[in-house]
Order: sequence, then C-alpha cells, then structure tokens
Amino acid sequence: MSMRNVGIVYRKELTEALRDRRTVISTILVPLLLFPVLSVGFGSLAIALVGKAKEEVPKVMLRGGDDSPAVVEGLKKLGTIQIVPAAPDWKDQIINKEIRAAVEIPAGFQADVNQQKSDTVKISNYQGEMKSEFATDKIETYMKEYRDKVVKERLAAKNLAETVLNPFEVKRENVAPEEKVSGAAFGGIIGYMVILLCMTGAMYPAMDLTAGEKERGTMETILSSPISRMHLVLGKFFLILTAALGTAALSVLSMGVSFSVLSHYTGKTEGGRAAAAEFVLKLGLKTVISVFLMALPIAVLFSATLMTIALFAKTYKEAQSYLTPMTFVVIIPAVAAMLPGVELTPKLSLVPILGTSLLCKELVAGTYHWNLIAIIFASNCVYAAVALFLAIKMFQRESVLFRS
Amino acid sequence: MIEARGLSKRFQDKKRGEIRAVDNVTFTCQPGKIYGLLGANGAGKTTTLRMLATILEPTDGTAVVCGYDVVEHPEKVRANVGFLSTATALYRRLTAQEFVEYFGRLNGLDEAILKKRVDTIFNRLDMNGFRDRRCDKLSTGMMQKTSIARTLVHDPPVMIFDEPTNGLDIMTARTITSFIRECRDNGKTVIFSTHIMSEVEKLCDTIGIIASGKLLAEGTLAQLRDKFAEHELEEIFVKIVAPHCVAEEAN
Repeated sequence: MSMRNVGIVYRKELTEALRDRRTVISTILVPLLLFPVLSVGFGSLAIALVGKAKEEVPKVMLRGGDDSPAVVEGLKKLGTIQIVPAAPDWKDQIINKEIRAAVEIPAGFQADVNQQKSDTVKISNYQGEMKSEFATDKIETYMKEYRDKVVKERLAAKNLAETVLNPFEVKRENVAPEEKVSGAAFGGIIGYMVILLCMTGAMYPAMDLTAGEKERGTMETILSSPISRMHLVLGKFFLILTAALGTAALSVLSMGVSFSVLSHYTGKTEGGRAAAAEFVLKLGLKTVISVFLMALPIAVLFSATLMTIALFAKTYKEAQSYLTPMTFVVIIPAVAAMLPGVELTPKLSLVPILGTSLLCKELVAGTYHWNLIAIIFASNCVYAAVALFLAIKMFQRESVLFRS
Repeated sequence: MIEARGLSKRFQDKKRGEIRAVDNVTFTCQPGKIYGLLGANGAGKTTTLRMLATILEPTDGTAVVCGYDVVEHPEKVRANVGFLSTATALYRRLTAQEFVEYFGRLNGLDEAILKKRVDTIFNRLDMNGFRDRRCDKLSTGMMQKTSIARTLVHDPPVMIFDEPTNGLDIMTARTITSFIRECRDNGKTVIFSTHIMSEVEKLCDTIGIIASGKLLAEGTLAQLRDKFAEHELEEIFVKIVAPHCVAEEAN
C-alpha cells in the first residue's frame, strides 16, 4: 500500500512535468542542445576564425635594413608576409591593426654578422592579438633559420662538426596510458558537469512541486486526500531525483555525440578538441556507470535540499530567489576540483561536493581508490539521508506548508 | 457524524504574540443535516474546518469524524471526508478525468471500481463534454464541477465545505448550493462555512455563529430567532457578535 501511494504521486507528477513546457526545456532540451551548440557551434566557429586568421597574409613593416639587402630580400621572398615600407607612426599602425607587426633591422646588421659581432633584431607586435602573433611567429621563424644558417657556415669555415654546438638532444616521452593523460586533462570536466547538471535538473521541478503547488492553490487539495504526507513528499522527491539524473545522463550522452561529430568534422589533427572527442569516445561504459553511481547520492542530496528550501517559499518567484544562490554553493567546490594540484585526500573526500568531483576525475582517468570511494559514497549517503529526512520533517510542519 | 470537542488552535505570531485562531470549540453535526458555520472573515471558520479535515492539527482538544479521531487517525478521517473550498484548486496540467482519477487512486480505489465510479459521476454531473480537456482550459463552472467530482469519487459520508461559493458567479454558486442539498438528501453529514446570511437561511439545519475563534451561539434558525427576539439572521448575528467585538477592541 505504501509504495503504491508513492508510485501514484510519482506517476501523476511525471505526467504533469512532461506537459510543462518549462520543465521539458530545462531538463530535456537544454542538456540535449547545450553541448552541440557549445562544442560544435562554438568550436567550429573558433576553428573557422583561426583558419581565416592563418590564411591572411599579414602586413609587416620593415624598419631599417637598407645596408643589409640579404635579410631584407629573404623576408620579402618569404611570401607568407607582406612587407610594407617604413613609416614613422608604425606603433599606432600596429595598435590600430593596420599592420600586424614591425621588424627592425639594426644599422650595419649584415656587416656586424660578417664580423661576428652580435646584434638584436626587434619584432614589435600586439601581444595576445591572434593575427599579430601569427605574423610575429613567421618573422621569428625566418630569423631563427637565418641564424642557424650563419652558425652552420661558421662551423663549416672552421672545419668543426655541427655537434660541437649540439652535444646531445633532450627528448620527452609519455609513458602514462593515453586514457590517463586525457583523463587528467578532461576528467575534471565530466565530474563538474554531472554534478552541476544534477543541480540544474533538480532545480525547476523542486520549485514547481512545492512553491508552485502552493502558488496554484493545489496544496490544500492534495493535503485533504488520504495520502500520508510522507508518501506525498517521497513521490515528489523521486520525480525531482529523476529530473536531476535524467538531465545529467542526457548531457553526458549529448556531449559524447557532439564531440564525436566534432572530431569527424575537424579531423584528428586539430589538437585539443579532437583529443577531447577521442577521450569521450574512449570513456568506457564502466567509467560512465561508476561516475553515475557516485553522482547518485549527490543527486539525492541536491533533490532533497532544493525541495526543502523551495518548500519554504510561497511563490515560484520567491523559491527562485532562494535557489539561485545555491548554484554558487555547488559551482565553487566543483570548480575547485578542476584546479591543477588539488588532489583527492581522505580529508577532502569528506567535503560533500568537492570529494565527489575529485573522485570523478580519478574514475575517468581509470584509477579506483577503493578506500576513498567507500568513504565518499558512505559520507554522501549520510548527507543525502539527512537532507531527505529534513525534507520529510519540513513537509509535516504546518508553519512551512501554510506560511503566511 | 462530526463531534468537535474543545477544538483549539493557537498560532505564534512574531508581532502579536500568541493568537487563538480557534478557542475551545465544541459542536456536533448529524448525518442528513447541514451545519452552517457563520462568521466574519478571520473568525476562525477556515481553521476549524481545516482541523476537521486534518489539514491542520489541533493544539488542544480534538474532533471525531466517522468514529475516527482527527489526531490519532488523520488518514482514516481524510478517507471519509470530502473537502471543498475555493482554495482547493485543480492540477492545471491534468485533464478533468485524470484529476478525478488521481484522487480516486489516492483514496485506494482499484482500477475497475474507479472506472465505474468516474463514469457514474461524470454522467451525473454532465461532465462528459470536457472529460479530456486540461483543467487550465476549463471555465469556472466546469472547474467547480471537477472539484465536486473529486470530493465524490470515494463517496465519503462526511462533506466539508469551506466558503465554497466565495467569488463565484450566481449560476456557478447555485451549482454548489444544490450540490450541498443533494449531499444532505443522500444522508451525508455536511458542514459548511460562510459569511453570507442568505445561504445559511436557505440551507442550514443548525447554525453555529463564530467570532474571534469562539463559538458564541448555536441552534436552528427558529431557536436563534426565539432566543434573540429578532427575525432577520443578520440582526441576530450583529446582536451576538457586536458586544464581543467591543470587548475585543477594549483589550
């Protein structure tokens, strides 16, 4: 009888939720569209812009160099930059983006090089501005190649081997498995996302099923039916939990699909983004399930807490003003877990959201610290149980239900 | 049958301290009779009826509804009560039929009985035209019928109406008053609250006059006329309530 009543409430709330445009948008549509729009849309826009910037032949002002025809000729022949004649307002031209950079060849450069005296070639640019940086890179590369050529010629003139200046090479090699490398880079994001979306998914139904019910005057109707308040609050709670987990699951699914579409679209050479795509594709079922298992008590905690807070409000709007600040309470520890250097320790694992977020990072990287998993799961279950208990208690209080 | 025994409800108010919304109220409502609770706004009518419907818990005293104590067995009491007020709204995103069925299920009806019951009620209240229409698309009259259908779905022996006609137009209000009579004729125990004198004169078998949470007078219309030597209920009401209001203001 008791679970039957909880089920009746749950089914009714589900029917209503699916017919409510606002709930459908916040729990189904937003998570499904967020990642395609963010990653494919924003990502391909960025790629297009970068590509365009790279295609541009930047204007570079050449200052000096009248007595050094070799290097000037070399720069002009480069083809990837367009040399413009010197003008006194070169600084303003760079700031106003009329030219991308200016290169200053000191007087007597060629002669100094021949006499083995050191000179400085100065490249002026607009730091941080993408097109200006590209132009600078091109000039710098050319100048370095030119320098290497001079060095080689000098060594050859003295009959010395190139290894005189280059006695040994230094090389890096990564031995960590690929999934752990990408896990360390992107693992934090998965935990953060699942946690944050559990929160946003629970938020709307939590308000609608409590303050919304008061506002629409149905609270008195439902309280006059024989269902016990505990069954009523449990039925509502399970719907909010469904929304929380549903939102998180849909988002992870949508992220996987949009990253794989993106990787197909950009090819595998596009650095970070493609790596992210490969990484999501490699996220095994095991990882996804373990992240969700760890998110489960967190989702219970959020659902019960949000419901309890929203129950105090008399109107939907009032509930909104109580719950919006809660987002920050969740975002801060979740973001903290993404910071480099924050590692999972037994102490940190007891911090409600931070612990789970850090653990998700480890899980995604394929590391299973069973002791910490047990601590985090158990402690979160305790927090969740306390929150749910409070929600049930609050639902018994007349001063909360009929606050005026 | 409803028996209120010393029913009291106190609230704590930050500014005004303790408020006695209902103060030691005792009365009895018989099956097949209509008991009318007459009082001004804020007299304690709604709080009294909410305690009878177990939506609020009494601070002191108790009431027995159909043999069940409102404090000890609130769920049993609710299963025997149909509660209707202008504040009991409908779930807007459910259809009229879904709404009534939901409350039938909450009352523990199994699907076969529920279907039969819903069909009977929808036929009787002439609701088949908007069976599958969502509650937010119904007219006021249709909404009232749907609310009535909700209170009837479990066929309760006791009906509680809290200012049921408040804010309704005449035609819709008549639907409600004729429904109240019908409940009495079917042998149900009926209690309803109002501040409208004419409704009480037309409907009630017993009248209870309430002010500042206290039940000040009780009896049939004839008994009250005799006792206070006035014919009009309004005059009787003023005679009873006015001295009390003066005392209240003096405090």
